Amino acid sequence: MGRITLDKVRKAFGDVEVIPPLDLTIEDGEFVVFVGPSGCGKSTLLRLIAGLEDVSGGEIRIDGQDATMVPPAKRGLAMVFQSYALYPHMSVRKNIAFPLRMAGLDRAEQERRVKAAAEVLNLTDYLDRRPGQLSGGQRQRVAIGRAIVREPAAFLFDEPLSNLDAALRVGMRLEISELHKRLKTTMIYVTHDQVEAMTMADKIVVLRAGNIEQVGSPLELYRAPRNTFVAGFIGSPKMNLITGPVAAQHDATTIGIRPEHIRVTEGAGDWQGTVGVSEHLGSDTFFHVTCAGIAEPLTVRVGGEVDLRYGDTVHLTPDPEHLHRFDAQGLRIA
Amino acid sequence: MATQSSRSAARIMMAPAVFLLLVWMLVPLCMTLWFSLRDYRPLRGGDLGFVGLENFARFVSSSSFWPAVFTTVLIVGGVLLVSIVFGVLLAMLLDQPMWGQGVVRILVIAPFFVMPTVSALVWKNMFMDPTNGVFAHIWRAFGADPVVWLTDVPILSLILIISWQWLPFATLILLTAFQSLDSEQLEAAEMDGANPLARFFFIALPHLSRAITIVILIQTIFLLAVFAEIFVTTGGAFGTRTLTYLIYQRVLESQNVGLGSAGGVYAIILANIVALFLMRIVGKNLDR
Repeated sequence: MGRITLDKVRKAFGDVEVIPPLDLTIEDGEFVVFVGPSGCGKSTLLRLIAGLEDVSGGEIRIDGQDATMVPPAKRGLAMVFQSYALYPHMSVRKNIAFPLRMAGLDRAEQERRVKAAAEVLNLTDYLDRRPGQLSGGQRQRVAIGRAIVREPAAFLFDEPLSNLDAALRVGMRLEISELHKRLKTTMIYVTHDQVEAMTMADKIVVLRAGNIEQVGSPLELYRAPRNTFVAGFIGSPKMNLITGPVAAQHDATTIGIRPEHIRVTEGAGDWQGTVGVSEHLGSDTFFHVTCAGIAEPLTVRVGGEVDLRYGDTVHLTPDPEHLHRFDAQGLRIA
Repeated sequence: MATQSSRSAARIMMAPAVFLLLVWMLVPLCMTLWFSLRDYRPLRGGDLGFVGLENFARFVSSSSFWPAVFTTVLIVGGVLLVSIVFGVLLAMLLDQPMWGQGVVRILVIAPFFVMPTVSALVWKNMFMDPTNGVFAHIWRAFGADPVVWLTDVPILSLILIISWQWLPFATLILLTAFQSLDSEQLEAAEMDGANPLARFFFIALPHLSRAITIVILIQTIFLLAVFAEIFVTTGGAFGTRTLTYLIYQRVLESQNVGLGSAGGVYAIILANIVALFLMRIVGKNLDR
């Protein structure tokens, strides 16, 4: 079981309030991703849940039990750190066994659990190596191994993939998702990368300056962002946010349209513009189009390979069904 | 990018320094070796000619040789123990964020800058003096008889004085080692259920092992040569005669340059063995 409830949890460092009172419920077995730009308080929130930071107010409940004042080791949570935080002087076996040794389990049981974890994570051949002799991905797996042997109520991941190169990151992302499907344990995952959030999460929590901007499934956030911040943060490439007279035509202060929801035609369309830089990815092509009356160039996605060149004139038509409208406060107009 | 001529010019300009260093090292070494083979007593007959290895045999068979070795080991070992145990504790304390950290750190290193002779005299006269010393006053305040430090517990007193000088050095090196310890490792251990004591022994201490070996290496080499502290406190009495002090006595008090030189050669060999042994440990540590 691993149901975690935050009730008006608040954190201040001196006079600076990094997390204003915040409520959040994480259901048992859920994969929750905290996402936000750097400095938004997502890591602090994770550390509050872990118990590595003391809350300044409010209550943290794990499985209905008040855990606000419980020391980290007693909360039954395991954490994977950004730097992996492996113990450099211990072999992989000893690293993974460390929490068991601290718990005072007998040697046979330690050995059995370490073996089981090593098998799950393909680490069996590396058990006698030191962390220094392993690659980044292997170290990451050792850190995860050290977390699973404890059979925790929930796993906490603090930007675990940010030290890996792009190719490995995609691989580890799959492995962690796979692990979640197999263990069915609650996982809380912190990242600044919205792609990781979109691909892994059951539920995404978007944070800005310690405030929860929106909570929802990846597709809910994609389809109906609650405000301009979430709209601009979720989705890749970013949603085009347009202000001024063009937005006023749609009775909104700001309108948002995703690159994939704009139709490009040579003749007749809502907006006329000039093609700027184009990014050819093979499967898709992204154009940056400068339109009259719109300050920022718009990003437009066109499927496949398209023969449009720098300086060409095109017409753009937004798909009215996927047009997002926001009011003066940046909030969504239903 | 050095041209032929600039390189030779550099060589010429460096020559005096290299020459000076060589002379500085080689002349005393050669003279020690030379005198160690002769029976040379400046005020008792002068140079009495070659005696072969007799000086070497006499130096080790003297009744004061083994006690001197024992004393040396005791003092060096004692100071190492004190400076490492308290060095680790002090380093841990100084690693905590606190008000006036910079000033405190400078104050901690201060004893290292005091000349050995001065610090030994301060300890002898101001702390350990059985009538006027601070310790004597404290003892009397509790109604106890003051300890006559340098007579009753001379080795302990010396260890105390020398440790006071070397503790800052150990603390400073261990402090930098502490600061390089990844705080996420400690947090990971905390999450893994390690209590503060376990975190210290399983995480912090192994991390410090390299720094500790370096402290042992450097301090041993300097501690083997401790002289001033003994000279101004006990003058080698009450069983505080170390190997270095014994050599001094043979040369200057007994006026037997040959015998003292033989002892000097032994000291050179001993120091080199220690250095070699410790270098290997450090080398092994650095490989990791």
